[in-house]
Amino acid sequence: MTSAMRQNRGGGVSVALAGSGGSGVMTAGTLLLTAAAKAGAYGLMVRTSGPQIRGGEAAALVRLSDRPVQTLGDSFDLLLAIDWSNTHRFADEVPLSAASVLVGDPDEGEAPEVFIATGARYVPLQMKKLAKAIAGSWVNMVALGFAGALAGLPREALEAAVREDWKRGEAALAANLAALAAGFAAEREVSPPIAVPQVPPIEQPRPRWSITGNEAAGLGAIRGGVRFVAAYPITPATELLEWMAPALAKVGGSLLQAEDELASINMVIGGSFGGVPSLTATAGPGLSLMAEGIGLAVASETPVVVVDVMRGGPSTGIPAKSEQSDLSFAVGGLHGDAPRLVLAPTSIADCATTTQWAVYLAEALQAPAIVLSDQFLGQSRAVIDPPPDTGLRAQRLTAEANAPEYRRYRNTPSGVSPMAIPGTPGVTYTADGLEHTEAAVPSSNSKDHRLQLDKRERKLALFDYGDAWADIDGDGDAAVITFGSTSAAVREAVARARADGHRLRLIAMRLLAPAQPERLARALDGVRHLMVIEQNHGAQFWRYLRGNYDLPAKPASYHRPGPLPLRPGELHQAISEWRKAA
Amino acid sequence: MNDVATAAAAASYTPASYKSAVKPVWCPGCGDYSVLSAITKALAMIGKPPHEVGVVSGIGCSSRIPAYTSCYGFHGVHGRALAAATGLKLARPDLTVLVTGGDGDGYSIGGNHFLHACRRNVDLTYVVMDNHVYGMTKGQPSPTTEPDWDSKLAPGGTKVRVFHPLVVALAAGANFVARAFAGDPNGTAAIIAQAIRHPGFSFVEVLSPCVTFRPEQKEWKSVVRPAPVAATDDPVRAARLVMSDDGLNIGVLFAGTRPAYPLNDGVARHRVADLEMEFRV
Repeated sequence: MTSAMRQNRGGGVSVALAGSGGSGVMTAGTLLLTAAAKAGAYGLMVRTSGPQIRGGEAAALVRLSDRPVQTLGDSFDLLLAIDWSNTHRFADEVPLSAASVLVGDPDEGEAPEVFIATGARYVPLQMKKLAKAIAGSWVNMVALGFAGALAGLPREALEAAVREDWKRGEAALAANLAALAAGFAAEREVSPPIAVPQVPPIEQPRPRWSITGNEAAGLGAIRGGVRFVAAYPITPATELLEWMAPALAKVGGSLLQAEDELASINMVIGGSFGGVPSLTATAGPGLSLMAEGIGLAVASETPVVVVDVMRGGPSTGIPAKSEQSDLSFAVGGLHGDAPRLVLAPTSIADCATTTQWAVYLAEALQAPAIVLSDQFLGQSRAVIDPPPDTGLRAQRLTAEANAPEYRRYRNTPSGVSPMAIPGTPGVTYTADGLEHTEAAVPSSNSKDHRLQLDKRERKLALFDYGDAWADIDGDGDAAVITFGSTSAAVREAVARARADGHRLRLIAMRLLAPAQPERLARALDGVRHLMVIEQNHGAQFWRYLRGNYDLPAKPASYHRPGPLPLRPGELHQAISEWRKAA
Repeated sequence: MNDVATAAAAASYTPASYKSAVKPVWCPGCGDYSVLSAITKALAMIGKPPHEVGVVSGIGCSSRIPAYTSCYGFHGVHGRALAAATGLKLARPDLTVLVTGGDGDGYSIGGNHFLHACRRNVDLTYVVMDNHVYGMTKGQPSPTTEPDWDSKLAPGGTKVRVFHPLVVALAAGANFVARAFAGDPNGTAAIIAQAIRHPGFSFVEVLSPCVTFRPEQKEWKSVVRPAPVAATDDPVRAARLVMSDDGLNIGVLFAGTRPAYPLNDGVARHRVADLEMEFRV
């Protein structure tokens, strides 16, 4: 096996590091990702663990490549387990094949049958013994060295990653660098040599960021101008809040931990009424509690941003696993006729861009914006090209002091009316969730109701959202459409289908509400066959598209719930079968 | 539109400066008229311009008050007034923020926010018009309704003991606790002004008769009396007093010294671009 054959063909190398809690596999995974970044590569790390709060089995699922990585691959080239404690539970999440390598410590017992049965090559490695031989070193550093060598990363990059992250003494650092070297050397000594793909050497490494989707969403929010956050802790949105708390304090903002989500949404509405762009973040259960408050933001025309980091539902569901099953609720889940903005980032980097856009839109349109991130985007860490600040800032149309005949809910042509900010003299008003007149006086009059409903619908409908509503590429009379988080897996599957000779368009939708039927019609011009792909049980996106858009007859649907991610291979197969049947 | 007299930015304000032209929906004889009057009198005593005052409410008869003032008002959803007001005050520490509402809004659907507003101690003034009944929905029992009070929804009474808002407020950490009576708008105004001036979370429970569904409350005027002792800064003493009284002692009962929730100065000490440094590899 020559080194040229071990170079990746865009698919990169996929590595799973597993072990019981405290074995350090998450640290090793993060360092592997950092080392890849230092070597100029891209990467993605997904964390997974058992149901225990602490100390249960855990695995870091890492994919590295010289090209951007936005989704996990179909199978893993390496599963390395520091110990086998309950790791059989990861069998679904860590698919192996006969081309894979399975590394375990023979002193920790035999590998679980479920992994052996895949036909993967078993390579024993006495990790604990190696670590014990170097006083003060940790076994996860041996694992890191082995995995880094297997992935083709330079030893210097691995060492640099460890050094930079080191928080203890110099002696311990030296011991652990020795353990790293021992693991690295052990991979090189495997006979016959391991033959999985590798990250090729990268000539001129460019600066990269290591960031999670939750952090990126927080950054995008602050870039857009958010300076007040109130929220209640919930998996998998909590890290977004934990990142924002100190970050907001640095830029003159603040974050408050609310007593519940009913409080969170009303607190951010209060903050925004005060003129400060405000945001809350939650997951499905919290979004359900916030529904009444979001309706208040609609009726009172108070801009707020709600980031929903979706997880398996309904009810408590599967808190730490991803699913795109809050779509129907987000686009349709408020009582009354309640126009709102719904957006979905299509990658970890796009969490920054789309959240920034959401802040801009909410403020410009004086309406609530729901951002549908999910557990996969939110909690996964990626090495990416830095997402640029789009320059979009919160710019609210405000009333001038002592404006003559000021009416807060004036029926303007755009539907957006100047909002008086408390502190401005001569234009005070009472914002209301009750239906109201243009002058903000409560009213149950049919004309007032109709006028305000029209106004609130019109302001969202007339706005020019530009090209960012979707990412579109390709041509031909067949198209695949998806939204949000699954875009990356679909993109990879479409690339494979195109390589097979299929002509396909790909539409990854970012703006879900208000619906953009004319834009989609243009994107689908000449398309006769359409397939809708999404990660939920009820085909919610397919139903949403059929309800809001004119589509080619009988669009096909590929939908499947979480907790397992949609993988490029299964989507490639689904697309191939669909094209064959057409 | 309900800003009447602020444009001139007069050096001094009268109660009329804080009144809007919107006509209240209340029944004739409702105690809330007097509380509205007391609030405008209190604001005139404070002397802050109406456009620098926020009045926040939820849902219910008394929650209509914001629109009847010339201040910036926020009439939100049922039970969440304290949450909206907390957000407003944290975002805009420069504003004076009042929260108004009733016993159902504050003690039932909004009960959890009441607890946490007390313990958080944000500088807000919460005026609850307590009439022991849901008036807007036409006569159902509230948390402060007597257990044997007969109604269509709870024939023969709820058989549930009453909620004691003042004791709860003291236990949860409110920094100022008072009881007032709507029939005495001047006394109520003085208490509300004191509550606004007091740092932290100030809670004023106002006995405000519902003459429509609780006509017997018209008798409150002949039975309320000034509290027998002056305000204390000891929450234990205050709690003992309000637990043992008959609910008719009027006055400031507790004025604490707990520091208010720290408010943000809004000063950016870093550039947004500085936040990006931690992501660089």
